[in-house]
Order: sequence, then structure tokens, then C-alpha cells
Amino acid sequence: MEKILEVNNLHVTFTTYGGTVKAVRGVDFHLNKGETLAIVGESGCGKSVTSNAIMRLIPDPPGKISAGTIKFKGSDLTKASEKRMRSIRGVDISMIFQDPMTALNPTLTIGTQLMEGLRQHHKVTGEAARKKALEMMDLVGIPNPKERMKQYPHQFSGGMRQRIVIAIALICEPELLIADEPTTALDVTIQAQILELFERIQRATGVSIILITHDLGVVAKIADRIAVMYAGKIIETGTKRDIFYNPEHPYTQGLLKSVPRLDLQGEKLTPIDGTPPDLFSPPKGCPFTARCPFAMEVCDKVYPANSILSESHKVNCWLQDSRAKKLLAETAGSKA
Amino acid sequence: MLRYILKRLLIMVITLWIIITLTFILMVSIPGSPFNSERSSNETIQANLESHYNLDEPYHIQYLLYLKSIVTFDFGPSIKKPDQSVNELLGRGFPISFELGIVTIIVAVISGIILGIIAALRHNGFIDYMAMGIAVLGISIPNFILATLLIQQLAVNFDIFPVATWKSPAHMVLPTLALATGPMAIIARLTRSTMLEVLTQDYIKMARAKGLSPWKIIIKHALRNALMPVVTIMGTLLAGILTGTFVIEQIFAIPGMGKYFVESINQRDYPVIMGTTVFYSAFLIIMLFLVDIAYGILDPRIKVNKQGGE
Repeated sequence: MEKILEVNNLHVTFTTYGGTVKAVRGVDFHLNKGETLAIVGESGCGKSVTSNAIMRLIPDPPGKISAGTIKFKGSDLTKASEKRMRSIRGVDISMIFQDPMTALNPTLTIGTQLMEGLRQHHKVTGEAARKKALEMMDLVGIPNPKERMKQYPHQFSGGMRQRIVIAIALICEPELLIADEPTTALDVTIQAQILELFERIQRATGVSIILITHDLGVVAKIADRIAVMYAGKIIETGTKRDIFYNPEHPYTQGLLKSVPRLDLQGEKLTPIDGTPPDLFSPPKGCPFTARCPFAMEVCDKVYPANSILSESHKVNCWLQDSRAKKLLAETAGSKA
Repeated sequence: MLRYILKRLLIMVITLWIIITLTFILMVSIPGSPFNSERSSNETIQANLESHYNLDEPYHIQYLLYLKSIVTFDFGPSIKKPDQSVNELLGRGFPISFELGIVTIIVAVISGIILGIIAALRHNGFIDYMAMGIAVLGISIPNFILATLLIQQLAVNFDIFPVATWKSPAHMVLPTLALATGPMAIIARLTRSTMLEVLTQDYIKMARAKGLSPWKIIIKHALRNALMPVVTIMGTLLAGILTGTFVIEQIFAIPGMGKYFVESINQRDYPVIMGTTVFYSAFLIIMLFLVDIAYGILDPRIKVNKQGGE
């Protein structure tokens, strides 16, 4: 399969008065053409920073991509000029933001905001832009597009606004769509509609999607592959099957156990105790050590290497080391 | 929209009536009369004069006569300058005051907004501190001090601009500067702070994600939203500029309305007091109305056209 995006060893830091925050610390992942990759993790783990880094939308200063490469269709975006980035943003890579209530400019009509990107990048006539905008509104399922074009954001509901945000992101027919928590601010029935819209659009246009979320329900619905992020690192990647049925990293296991499930009624939810480490001075070893029920001495000292479990499933955990496996087998044996 | 305007017109008329009534009450409750200072006059002459100007009538009759003069917009002759009618005084003074006021507003708004935007874009940089330093000075220094300072430096010491009066564009520079600095500083500070806030909004990030150029983002997406608080305080600023013109016109010997306004009160020249007050209030009320209309145009969330309310 053709790789549309390849991120290698990405580091992003933010300089503040209190010190340097290492928000993203060596992230590797790739995205194939036409697939949906979900980046999952709790608040503050660096998922949004990663997505903003791909768009080069990290405010500099204080933020900075301090190392690594972001290869989009072979060219490295970390080295691209601001002018070149402007010609990529909205055209090749588009972004959808979390809160549709604030993502639209309250003083401009929906039509203006829809057509703006198109008119900026493709030299089209006003009439052609209007036609395309109407088409997009139709695609994302907004009734009476002709009248709605002339209205302002405050005249739309949250779900409708998110549809408009999606239409704006897709109007230049990008190859990559980054959706940063696109359903978090919506209520559940609307969430399902928006997710179905994503699936429909992907079938229709073949766009590749990076979905940033902390909602495993959303992931289960539309992701092909999943990358689990913790404290600025990707700790486990795999297909939806790998992650949901064979989670190997204790953090991934903990994450799945803390989701309410209907088929396990009566059982208590198991939250992960403790809090993520301070990213001003992240630990040398595995950042999950302090909260991990299986933590060993080595975990605190050295960051585990990438263990390749199958072609798709990779994990960074000392438990995958052959010595740890032997130890676990012995203790299990002695107990029996 | 029409309903809203009609409603506002009615409110404007009521406001004006309240101002007129208050002015009348204040006027008759100040001790003294227009003829007190004339030492030579004996009591008969005094009484004759008062009856000529209807000042011997009971207050409620005088009040009705005033109302009549306002409705017909004929304030009669000035008591102190009997050869000139109040309408003539206004007709001569108003264009000059208006010119000074408008030029001041234009200068204050444009330079204030530009200064504010530059400061916001160079946030915490040298230009920001410079601009805000100037703004603090502008707010703190009263316009009459600034006016004297400007005259001393730019007119007397360096002889770049004329000292006083109102004849050519060069004459306009110093009074405008003196009057515009304060409002400009307020607008600059406000634009800066709202601009900084707007620039962190999601829709600005969204505009960047669309690949728009920085200038387009500032002009099209940021400025309009950042200007709303500025429009809100325009009403207050207009009132400030209006009262400022009284002082500035005195200092620069500009033959505008402000001179008559102050003089008429000192001399108890009742028709002139009434005329200038009504004129100033009507002007301010109309300007405030225009500000509200502008607000509705800038921000579509304020519906002036639906329910007839704000």
C-alpha cells in the first residue's frame, strides 16, 4: 500500500517561563492511502500537538518542531517554507477542529467561509465556487443549502456547524484529513451521524483520515489502525483487532478496562490510578512506570525498544522482552 | 429595520425632551439674570427688558414658550448680541466645530486601530511597548495641557504650524492632535487587547488551516471581530470629543460653537444656552444612534431587524 504520510522521530517542545515542555518526544507512525488512523490517548498526551505539527500550525514561539521528519507524499514538511505550507494547508491536508461552536467566524456568512479556501487556492469564478459550495453542503447533509449559504454560524445547531466545518475542510478535495476530536463537543446522537458522514465521505472521495480522539467508542466505529499515545510517545500501534482484542501494553489494557461496557454489567470500572508524568522533566525510562501494575526496575531506567509482534502490531514495553517473559512464566509456575 | 428606526427616533425625541426640561430647570435655578451686570440700568429699564424677553412670565409659561421655540427651531435673538439670532450663531459656529470633531474622530479611530493592531502583532516586542507607552501618555495627559505644549513647541519654538485660529488645513493640525490623542490612546489599547484575544480564537486557527495569507486573516477574520468593543465605546468617546471641543476651541481661538456655549452660560444668555444645548444633545443622540446601527452591521448576531430591539 502507498504511504501518504510518514512521521519519523518527531519532537515538539514548548518554551515557557517555567522551563521547556517536551510535548511530543519521538513519535513514529505512518498512514496509508485511503485508511483511517486513530491516535488515542488521554488529555495532554500530545495527540493534538502532533496533528498541529503536521499542519505546521504550532505557534512559534513558544512551540517548535525540534527534531524529526514529517514526510507527506515524499516531501518533508518540517523543512517546507511558510509559503509552501500555505499552498498545502486546505488543499492537500485539511483539518477539522474539536469545537464547531468556536471554529466558525461569527461575523461572516457560511457561504463566504465555505468558498474562501476554494477561491484562495484555485482560481475559480464566483459562480463556480458557489456551485461547488452548494455541492459540498449537499454532501455533508445540510438541507436548503441555497438559503443556508447566506446565514451566519449562530443560526446553526452544533451538529450542523460541524457538518459545515467538515464541508469547509473538504471543499478543495484534500488527500489527508486531520480530525482533532471531531465529535467530542457533540451529543451522542449527533456523534453517530458525524461518524457515518466520515465513512461516507471516505468511500466517496478516498481521503485518508487521521482521527485524534480519547473516545474508544469512536475509534471502534471508524478506525482501521490505532496508535496509542502516552506522555508524548506512541506506545502501541496495531489494527483495530490487535488493539481491541490483544492489547499488549499495560496502558492500552488499562484504557480498555476503563471504558463502560454493556456486556459486563455489574462489574466495576477499573480506572488507571495516578496521573501522567510531568512533561517538563519526563522520566528517562517508560513514562507509564509509576502507574503500571507490572513495573520492573528496568522500566524506570531505560525506555523499552519497539517489539514487533506482527506486521501490523508493535509495542514499546519491557514485558515483551524475552527475559521478562521467562520471569513471568517462572513466577506463574511457582505460584501454581 | 424600519420599525427599529422608528422606535429609536421616538426614544431620541423623549431623551431630547428630558434634556431640554432639565436644562430649563437648571437655567432658571441659577441665580442672576442676563441684565444683572449692567450697572447703569434702573429698575424700570430692567423690568422692561425682562418683559421684552418674557422673563417676567411665570415659569410654566416660559417653559412652554421655550418648547415652542425649539419645535419651530427659532430660538430668537441672542440677549447679549441682539443683532444676531441664535440660529445665525449656530449656523456660523457649527460647521467649524463639526469639522474639528469629524477630523478628530477620523484621526483618532484610524491611528488608534493601526497602533493597536501593530502592538498586538508584535505582542511583547519593542514596538508593542512603544505603542502602549504612547497610549498611556495619551490617556494620562489632559488635552488642554497637550494643547499648550503643542503650541509652545510646534508653533512658538519651531514655528511649523500656526498658533491659533481656523483658516487653512495647517491651522487644523494642532487642535486635531490635541483633541485626538486621548481617544486614539483608548482605541489603541482596546484594539490591542481584543485583537490579542481574537487571534487565539479557533476560527483564526481554522483560517490558517485553510491556507489563507496572514494579511487576509487579520483583515477579514480578526479585525472585524476585534473592532466590536471599539464601536461600543465610540459613543462615550464621541461625548468626550464633543466636550473636548469646548476647551480646545477656547485655547486655539476657534470660532466654533463651544465658545458660545460657555459664554452664554456665564452671561445667562438664555436663548443661546437653550439653542446650543439642544443642538449639542441632538447631535450626540444622532451619533449614538448611528453607532448602534454600525454595531448591528458589524455583528450579525445583533438583530436590529427582527424584533425591533437590541
